[in-house]
Amino acid sequence: MRIAALIKRILLQISRDKRTLALLFIAPLFVLTLMSLVFNGNAVEPVLGVENGNKQIVEKLKEADIVVKEYNKVSNVNETILDHHLDGFLQVEDDKATITLLNNDPTVAKSLEMKVKQIYSKEKQIQLLGTNGMRNELSLQDSMKTDYVYGSSETELFDTFSPILVGFFVFFFVFLISGIGLLNERTTGTLERLLATPIKRGEIVTGYLIGYGLLALIQTVIIVLFAINVLDMVLVGSVWTVILINAILTLVALSLGILLSSFASSEFQMIQFIPVIIVPQIFFSGIFSIEGMADWLQVFANFMPLYYAADALKGVMYEGLSLAEIRSNLYILLAFAAVFIILNLFALKKYRKL
Amino acid sequence: MNETNTIQVKEVTKSFGKKVVLKDINFDIKQGRIYGFIGPSGSGKTTLVKMMVGMDIPDKGSIYLLGEKMPNLEILQQIGYMAQSDALYTALTGKENLMFFASLFKLDNAEKQKRIAYAAELVGLTDDLDKKVSAYSGGMKRRLSLALAIIQNPQVLILDEPTVGIDPELRLSIWNELLRLKNEEGKTIIVTTHVMDEAEKCDYISMVRDGSIIATGTPFQLKEQYGVHSLDAVFLHAGRKVQ
Repeated sequence: MRIAALIKRILLQISRDKRTLALLFIAPLFVLTLMSLVFNGNAVEPVLGVENGNKQIVEKLKEADIVVKEYNKVSNVNETILDHHLDGFLQVEDDKATITLLNNDPTVAKSLEMKVKQIYSKEKQIQLLGTNGMRNELSLQDSMKTDYVYGSSETELFDTFSPILVGFFVFFFVFLISGIGLLNERTTGTLERLLATPIKRGEIVTGYLIGYGLLALIQTVIIVLFAINVLDMVLVGSVWTVILINAILTLVALSLGILLSSFASSEFQMIQFIPVIIVPQIFFSGIFSIEGMADWLQVFANFMPLYYAADALKGVMYEGLSLAEIRSNLYILLAFAAVFIILNLFALKKYRKL
Repeated sequence: MNETNTIQVKEVTKSFGKKVVLKDINFDIKQGRIYGFIGPSGSGKTTLVKMMVGMDIPDKGSIYLLGEKMPNLEILQQIGYMAQSDALYTALTGKENLMFFASLFKLDNAEKQKRIAYAAELVGLTDDLDKKVSAYSGGMKRRLSLALAIIQNPQVLILDEPTVGIDPELRLSIWNELLRLKNEEGKTIIVTTHVMDEAEKCDYISMVRDGSIIATGTPFQLKEQYGVHSLDAVFLHAGRKVQ
């Protein structure tokens, strides 16, 4: 069996290459761990300077995890903010209040602004209503209860895009290693040597897909299990569905990697495909809101395999969708793989016409 | 079709882009002979060889091997090809390389083992089979490439500069083996070279220059024809005549 011989050779070659093995199995875990640590870091408590604030307001602000520093008679607000390393400054004058924000980090500034506005307007209302009894009641309970369709109040940003990251790393590393695998075969002349034997082009493509596919499958299982068990990523749906989605994504990455390698004449040229082919996929994978993009830009998402995989993965891992509910995504991914595989057969014609 | 013609090349022309690499090449190669193609690098020898193996297709004309028009997958079973550059899997051992290529041909297991042992013995690599190819010297790689070319016991051997980088003693033993393969097993062997003393060992020589065959014949005939004593001189004379 020529295909079996090819698979055996690919696995043998990779098993001799410890660096590549590490890249395939350890690097994704390392990067995922790093990202989870970075994104799950505790939020820094913002520091707010307050001038003329009454007791209640200061109290409420402190309850909302804001570090409050009280000031009297501040002449230059901007200078005070800079000198005392404040994130914002609230000045209250009779009916009017002004908040000045440092705004060096828009996320911090926005959330501080929102909290302060909320607290200030609530206090204002209570003052208007007047009576002491009502004040206590109102301040004891929140006026609004929050329910969540997906996740909970504990949900972090990382939880919503971690499924996408799992898919991305599977895609990226498989793309790179399979592409460079076939490229090496071309640059060292062994592909030509291979094509001087009676092997069929289809057998080469199949051998490559299965050989690297086996490695990729192991990698996928490791990444998924690691993400769920060690990094505690949210998994509402079935782990088998997650592995299936990634396995199909792997097939797309493999066939695309092998295909693009025929348009590269060196490893460096293969690396050049990363900014062109891989990076745009991140933008359209759902980490950034696609609905918010210009209409013409949204069209691009339809051509990105990762967009469908990310949608399916997020659906299963975060929203708990079943296989049946995400199957249209899988069909599209399979169609991508089929197209790439057929193109591969044609690309090999460059080396032997049969 | 003449039975004894192992290879027939008819009016073959090939160009890459605007550069004409081979123009109107015609020759027949008879079974059980060694044919040498001599010429400087860039003369078109490798392109000609690649077309015989079926990896390139002539723009015009046709090539028949063992009676079948090339390219033909079935015929590849009968061709042992050795490329000019050593195309080997350096992460694998010599034995693993031989095993892999043996598996691509229709050989049963016992036959595979026998052929591997024979091919390794022939090129003197038996003791180094378990070493990784990345640890091989240039000459050892060349020898392994030759072993790969004969692994499936093909009827036709097409060797593109087989003895480059091999020491004289081993070169002699390889040539002796090629002669034995020809005499005892009736194999047809095509060799490209630019070493004239190797050309002397061929039954027939074709001198290739700028994409044309400028002279063909046995070494003796050629020297006779140009009235000189060495093939080097033949080559120079033939070249001048063309210009």
